[in-house]
Amino acid sequence: MKLIVAIIKPFKLDEVREALSALGVQGMTVSEVKGYGRQKGHTEIYRGAEYAVSFLPKLKIEVAVKAEMAAAAIAAIASKAKTGQVGDGKIFVTSLEQVVRIRTGETDGDAL
Amino acid sequence: MKISLSKKLALGALASAGTLMATAGSAFAAAPKIDSGDTAWMLTSSALVLMMTIPGLGLFYAGMVRRKNMLATMAQSFGATCVITVLWMIVGYSIAFTPNPGAGLNPYIGGFAYLFLKPMGLGVTSSLAPTIPESVYMFFQMTFAIITPALIAGALADRMKYSAFLWFMALWLLFVYCPIAHWVWGGGWLGTLGALDYAGGTVVHLNAGTAGLVVCLMLGKRVGYGSENMAPHNLLFSVIGASLLWVGWFGFNAGSAVTSNVNAGMAAAATQIATAAAALGWMFSEWLIAKKPSVLGMISGAVAGLVAITPASGYVNPTGALIIGISAGVVCYVASVWVKKLLGYDDALDTWGVHGVGGAWGAMLTGAFASNAINSSAKGWLIDGNFGQMWIQFVDVAAVFVYCGIGTFIILKLIDMVIGLRVSPEVEREGLDINLHGEEVHG
Repeated sequence: MKLIVAIIKPFKLDEVREALSALGVQGMTVSEVKGYGRQKGHTEIYRGAEYAVSFLPKLKIEVAVKAEMAAAAIAAIASKAKTGQVGDGKIFVTSLEQVVRIRTGETDGDAL
Repeated sequence: MKISLSKKLALGALASAGTLMATAGSAFAAAPKIDSGDTAWMLTSSALVLMMTIPGLGLFYAGMVRRKNMLATMAQSFGATCVITVLWMIVGYSIAFTPNPGAGLNPYIGGFAYLFLKPMGLGVTSSLAPTIPESVYMFFQMTFAIITPALIAGALADRMKYSAFLWFMALWLLFVYCPIAHWVWGGGWLGTLGALDYAGGTVVHLNAGTAGLVVCLMLGKRVGYGSENMAPHNLLFSVIGASLLWVGWFGFNAGSAVTSNVNAGMAAAATQIATAAAALGWMFSEWLIAKKPSVLGMISGAVAGLVAITPASGYVNPTGALIIGISAGVVCYVASVWVKKLLGYDDALDTWGVHGVGGAWGAMLTGAFASNAINSSAKGWLIDGNFGQMWIQFVDVAAVFVYCGIGTFIILKLIDMVIGLRVSPEVEREGLDINLHGEEVHG
């Protein structure tokens, strides 16, 4: 099993979700986050006072999938979240040791 | 605050004749002629000016502070409103707007006959507003007395103790605002000299702005000023606040005709024109220099225009209003953005840059653009060739600046010695809302 964590541009969420659903991914967790990468930040000016805003708003999505589905899921996120502009985000993939569905007690593949 | 002189004299004579007759015998009793149209407009104006402070000014300021100080900022406008209302009833109105029996003292301060508003019965009128009940005139002036000290809160934002703030409001009202209001409007020396201040360019705005400059210098900068992000937490509130100020200002300026007549109409028109022009003046200056027309810039410019047209509103024609407005937008932009940065004082929300500078600018331009054709009690420099008016306006500006500066300094020194002015750095960092008021804005 793999845990896929992707940082994407907020307005790309719906496309990514649709693509993952089409692949059969059963669930996803989304958080509003702030951060920076190569895009850096921007500058706000209020009556001449300039503030560098170095953390930009992004969405973090977390998806747990069976190992054999990981490559397709990663490809789906990568293609749907892409604009070609700096700031499109990143995808992090880690191995997942255990999954438990709280309601039924099912584990691992059955719980996904 | 000035109705046309001829009408004022005529009505004043009528009113005093009425009083004489009433005392002479009931057969000829003609009570002072209270005009229902004037009274209706002045009741409306009073409510409009109150709305400028709560919620207008409160929202304007609260949107510009950081989220942790939002309620504390609202508490300043609201608390000032309540404290000043009570003090105005007890003694403020009396020393500002009623004559002093000592003729030698009257140029400087009013009398004490109106303590607790005791003589203010149903049919009583003031010689300053002979066509409306004195209760209405007292209420109208009360709303001016409320907003003037409340404006200072912009300079002391984010760092003053609430107890010190309330003491400051109370003492400043009694020892700075009331005397100056008496000098200009209550029969004192500046009014006698011929200073033109229709609705409070010096009495209200230069006065509050000067006090703001003094208090921000005495408090010192906010913790983290210049290094931490102090961006306004929600400018939507400020836009709503500025818009309420704009609408309420028709009570301020057109209401200062103290009648519902031609002067009120002209003052309203001048106010609208100057405000829009100043918003554009600030916006285009910023667009040119900082490359973007900010929303904060537009609303700041509008307030600057409202401030600058305040002393001029009942005296100038529409062209005068346009010039005063555009120039005030540019001048206040320069004062609030460039001069402040250059000199390094932390006038947090630009009480001095907008109200002090805009008030003084408007007061001087009133001398330049006042027109006898618009108001028979005024003769300005550019239209009527009366350059002497510029000198009188300068004396008005200088007197208010100097007296207010010294008075504010002494009051703050006293408060600082007894209870201290400023919250601790820990309180300031964590926020005034939770520490001073035990509340926070959620959601």
